[in-house]
Amino acid sequence: MEPFLRLDAAAVPIGVPNIDTDQIIPARFLWRKRRDGFGHLLFHDLRFNDGGAPKPDFVLNRDGYRDARIVVADRNFGCGSSREHAVWALCDYGIRVVVAPSFGDIFFNNCFQNGLLPVALEAERVAALRALLEQAPGSHLAIDLEAQTVSGPDGAIDRFEIEAFRKECLLVGVDDISFTLGHRGHIAEFENAYEAKVRWL
Amino acid sequence: MAAPATLFDKIWSSHAILVRPDGATLLHIDRHFVHDGSGNAFRMLKEKGLSVRRPDRTFATPDHYVSTLSHDLASINEPHRRGVVADLEANAKAAGLTLFSLRDPRQGIVHVVGPEQGLSQPGMIIVCGDSHTATHGALGALAFGVGASEVAHVLATQALWQRKPKNMRIVVDGTLAGGVHAKDVILAIIARIGTAGGVGHVIEYAGSTIRAMGIEGRLTICNMSIEAGARAGMVAPDDTAFAYLHGRPYAPKGADWDAALAHWGALWSDPDAQFDREVHLDAAEIVPMVTWGTSPEAAAPITARVPDPASAPDAARRDSMQRALDYMDLRPGTPLAEIAIDRVFIGSCTNSRIADLRAAAKVLDGRRAVVPAMAVPGSGLVKAQAEAEGIDAIFKRAGFEWREAGCSMCVGMNGDLVAPGERCASTSNRNFVGRQGRGARTHLMSPAMAAAAAIAGKLTDVRQFATRP
Repeated sequence: MEPFLRLDAAAVPIGVPNIDTDQIIPARFLWRKRRDGFGHLLFHDLRFNDGGAPKPDFVLNRDGYRDARIVVADRNFGCGSSREHAVWALCDYGIRVVVAPSFGDIFFNNCFQNGLLPVALEAERVAALRALLEQAPGSHLAIDLEAQTVSGPDGAIDRFEIEAFRKECLLVGVDDISFTLGHRGHIAEFENAYEAKVRWL
Repeated sequence: MAAPATLFDKIWSSHAILVRPDGATLLHIDRHFVHDGSGNAFRMLKEKGLSVRRPDRTFATPDHYVSTLSHDLASINEPHRRGVVADLEANAKAAGLTLFSLRDPRQGIVHVVGPEQGLSQPGMIIVCGDSHTATHGALGALAFGVGASEVAHVLATQALWQRKPKNMRIVVDGTLAGGVHAKDVILAIIARIGTAGGVGHVIEYAGSTIRAMGIEGRLTICNMSIEAGARAGMVAPDDTAFAYLHGRPYAPKGADWDAALAHWGALWSDPDAQFDREVHLDAAEIVPMVTWGTSPEAAAPITARVPDPASAPDAARRDSMQRALDYMDLRPGTPLAEIAIDRVFIGSCTNSRIADLRAAAKVLDGRRAVVPAMAVPGSGLVKAQAEAEGIDAIFKRAGFEWREAGCSMCVGMNGDLVAPGERCASTSNRNFVGRQGRGARTHLMSPAMAAAAAIAGKLTDVRQFATRP
């Protein structure tokens, strides 16, 4: 997993609430292997027409937004299915941060396993950021994970919350499995005591 | 004396292996279900050189990619679909997991199979790489969906780091009217609280309506907790749950049953336990529901009309409603009961159990569907039970296709798709844009309502059929 420290990059506004994971990546692509990459499939049916040509009106196909590395979305982004492919598609396209008022719970957890930073800010501020990005395509946002701040194109700085452990994992670039395997002793001890009590499992 | 605790609090604390200073808890996982969408997780495990820690706690069945026309693996024509099903079987064999394979009558949708086999039990923590894992909470378990990395984590460690969600209780009291089913209750709940209403919470469903409901209805309600934004939904286990489990293949037996029962009997929310949020619904006010938009919260009584975006409280909501109506090709003010449909799908982890098929068959008996329609039982055993009761014959006489078990047209990953522009009356759980196929238009409803829609060729109030002898 690639560590995340800070990022100053172009951001794309996606001002539609409840963007579900079926829209981030349609189910018909899920059989593919992780290593084959999913970036070209991100927002597939919103981004491409039936013949596979880019839809000119979709925001990611417009000048100034194509090379965005930050998405500024609306409430409940990533709701729906547990498919981690949604996070993989964002990461493989080059997105490292999603800013939104709220996220689907499973999507939110999946982000941290892949070095994608989900940032929750007040809905009003997120709407203001989207408006700024719409007014001036190609505008940058600057994210500093260490300081837990988002700097907008207007120069205003917002602080965001993140669990200390998740922050550490992102800064270093480690996933949960390696960390948990260090606790194998605790796991075995718990299992022994638990199974003595819950014998019927 | 211990502080008052909710059912969820009790299960959570009894599974905590470690608590990190930041509050995240390493939870022990009792049951892990894997399916044919779990291939990437098995590959992650392999890449890290790890093996499955507890093959005895891990159960596998293919469901998402299986053909519903035939359960002969060779009959899956598309190599990528055949490949993922074959991969699951190979991974399960290599790791020594219990596998309900395509050739096994116990195969089916993972969320139908777990309860049916007695694998899903009160007090357990159950996970699966599928957001509808909440289903198993109907038996008093804490059950939630996880992503591929977390599946790999559970395979490797039989444990998972989670931050504790908040407690929410949804109380439904009173008696449901004829023609009103569990699906109507959960759609009414989602219409009330919204698709983000339960985000960050675990929902406990309570009240006399839920208590009076059979396990299959409770499974339907818990199943759609994720559509209400909650990662898990649960019902405190009671005599109905114990009677359901008794004698099932993986339920405890003999002295173990007595010990289990004593343990399960304590799995209630204490009377003075605190919930962070409570919502009350009156069962008498719930009527048959259908969705009109592209989010499950866009649900309304069948007696209502397509809403007008002009009446939305703000510009953002107006735009979002207008986009949904454009996609669904609906005009404000149209009575929902006048919307013509092109096809009907009865199935999915929400509504493919025997009680669902019986409810639909009751409406279909002696009548004909006027649009293409299919019924897909949730498991091989549900299919066999329906056939023993003659329900398959009712469906077939009504013009329905009678298929093999699988996820099928709920998500279309096996090729059972709704064509672009077609309108489908569906008992599944998501009416998202493109969910049942690119350009497909989905209306969610109960099996009885889907059966009524098949007969009428349009969205229809099933209560007009209810008085028939």
